Amino acid sequence: MTNVIFAGVGGQGVILASKILMQVAMNAGYDVKESEVHGMAQRGGSVDCNVRYGEKVYSPLIEKGTCDYLVVFEPLEATRKLEYLKPDGTLIVHTERVNPAPVQAGLAKYPDDIETWIAANITNRMVADFGPVLKAVGSQRALNIVMLGVLSNHLEFTPDQWIEAVKGTVKQNFVEMNVKAFTMGREFTIS
Amino acid sequence: MQRKILLGNEAIARGAYEAGCRVATAYPGTPSTEILEAMAAAYRGIKSQWSPNEKVALEVACGAAIAGARSLAAMKHVGLNVAADPLFTFSYTGVNAGLVIINADDPNAWSSQNEQDNRHYARAAKLPMIEPSDPAEAKEYTKYAFDLSEEYDRPVLVRITTRIAHSQGIVALDDPKDVPLKPFVRNPQKFVMLPSHARPRHIFIEEQLVKLKALSNASPLNRIEMGKTKRGIITNGVAYQYVKETCPEDSILRIGFIWPLPDDLIRTFADSVDELYVVEELDPFIEDYVRAMGYAPIGKKIIPLTFELTPEIVDKALNGTTYPTAPLYSGTIPPRPPALCKGCPHGFVFDVLKKLDVTVNGDIGCYTLAALPPYNAMHSQGCMGASISMHLGFEKAQGDEMARNSVAVIGDSTFIHSGITPLIDLVYNKGTGTVLILDNRVTAMTGHQENPVTGKTLMGEDTYEIKLEELCRAVGVKRVRVVDPKNTAEFEAVVREEVAAPEPSVIISLRKCILKK
Repeated sequence: MTNVIFAGVGGQGVILASKILMQVAMNAGYDVKESEVHGMAQRGGSVDCNVRYGEKVYSPLIEKGTCDYLVVFEPLEATRKLEYLKPDGTLIVHTERVNPAPVQAGLAKYPDDIETWIAANITNRMVADFGPVLKAVGSQRALNIVMLGVLSNHLEFTPDQWIEAVKGTVKQNFVEMNVKAFTMGREFTIS
Repeated sequence: MQRKILLGNEAIARGAYEAGCRVATAYPGTPSTEILEAMAAAYRGIKSQWSPNEKVALEVACGAAIAGARSLAAMKHVGLNVAADPLFTFSYTGVNAGLVIINADDPNAWSSQNEQDNRHYARAAKLPMIEPSDPAEAKEYTKYAFDLSEEYDRPVLVRITTRIAHSQGIVALDDPKDVPLKPFVRNPQKFVMLPSHARPRHIFIEEQLVKLKALSNASPLNRIEMGKTKRGIITNGVAYQYVKETCPEDSILRIGFIWPLPDDLIRTFADSVDELYVVEELDPFIEDYVRAMGYAPIGKKIIPLTFELTPEIVDKALNGTTYPTAPLYSGTIPPRPPALCKGCPHGFVFDVLKKLDVTVNGDIGCYTLAALPPYNAMHSQGCMGASISMHLGFEKAQGDEMARNSVAVIGDSTFIHSGITPLIDLVYNKGTGTVLILDNRVTAMTGHQENPVTGKTLMGEDTYEIKLEELCRAVGVKRVRVVDPKNTAEFEAVVREEVAAPEPSVIISLRKCILKK
């Protein structure tokens, strides 16, 4: 069983990322389930998708302490989800901040030490600002697919399997851009 | 056979399509909205529609089913409260072609004002209710519900919860059945519920419930999965998945036929295990029933009554297991509550209302978020349309001073849903308050659906666009103003004037949702 959580802020595309992962897993012959968030919670709030694949999947939700890969599109959301990550699980984080409403209103402070804390406490990690990659891809909205590319290095599926799933899932007009985003995410290394 | 990853709600639409459904109705409401969206997008042969509210949606579906077409109505849990009136009496009439009511509960109140457990409706309305545990079953159960409805002459409730509606899984697709339209045969004894007609129908319903109980006992939707006999767990819905995941060795009685419950099967199961447990979300619906049968199951003593279940809650309660996690961040994590979007027209409105410091009777929609910081500018809210009626109640209680320092705030779709009758009440019973209709040209919170003020149907066709201004004038409101809230100074002046005026007034705050293209 492989457990993946995509987490971020409403509008960052966590559902599409999980949909592509589900498609890859199903095409490879696995059972797969997912759980996602809609409605009011989406309006600028914290959102997450749980994806699980394996021979037979029962629960659509991942139990705390059993997530293999925690893929987070915003640093604050990473701190919120750590209780799901297993002790030797892998954390992938995009470091660009999105200030929550209480911070914007001056009612709370965005912590400054998240990246240093992760570096000191989480062994398996890929923490980076994917902003330059998005610039090269030509779309700020491709963050979800870039992150999926980063994640893909840790999973068993081939690049061809991934690209087939990307093509089969995203809107027709955006296939080329998304394949580029996926490839650049997959090839990304911290310089 | 083709297999496809579908959202639970998409699987329900697929099930209806395969069952030969012809008419589908709903009012949008999380977590049920995507059922009709999927229907309109993928199965164009089904006449799908957004109705003004759930009562109307259910009545249209009842009409269509009685007229001979397999029909479906979908709604969230609180929507069934709105539709409870037709639900209880169309239970008496029964159907002609199959009628399936999809009811989506929202444990944890993810996007709702309460977390009521609608299994009680099945018992109260004496209707069969079935409940899938994942998207694959959601499709199969919906399909089966149409046959069940016709065979037993009962509307059938299919209950899902958020974790079924908004969870994806692999679903096997079948071809649609060709189910011919049935004729409508006039039969007032069955379809006109005069007291003298209703009494024999009540007898009929009770007889059907006896037959349905026998069916429930034999139904594959209820099944014993025998494991070790030390512990036996009765469970339903998504909780079944958590039990399978965390208690793989225990014996399980999976309940998919929620009402009537299968007495014989429960007895067989309870008698074959040493310790009996019930794991269910929200109320002890199954537990109380099993207790009344003379057993002493362990249920709500260890399983929470409130919020949704999770695998770790079940694992901890039944096995005492918790897993070690990665190190947890030790700093203070600021919350990220949902918030109005940047540039949201509601934001302009609440900037002004906050500044004027008026009491705000609020309603259901994105704008309910104005109760939170940075606005803190909503002071009552309960259910669809209640802003206007509560506003009148505030005036009746506190008099003119309250009316001169308060407003009701309601969105365009919510106003059409349940705001028109309260506005009539405000005029009829001589209220003098001010109602702000926030017309953002869309049903926004549920993800941008059309409604009677947008001039488009669910199927994408052009239709008559209701003019809110004319409607308000027609019910007797003489002071109706239309203002763009982004013109802050003008908007503020209009609010001041209308609130000060000692007669009923409506301000239509007109600006389209920032997310609407």
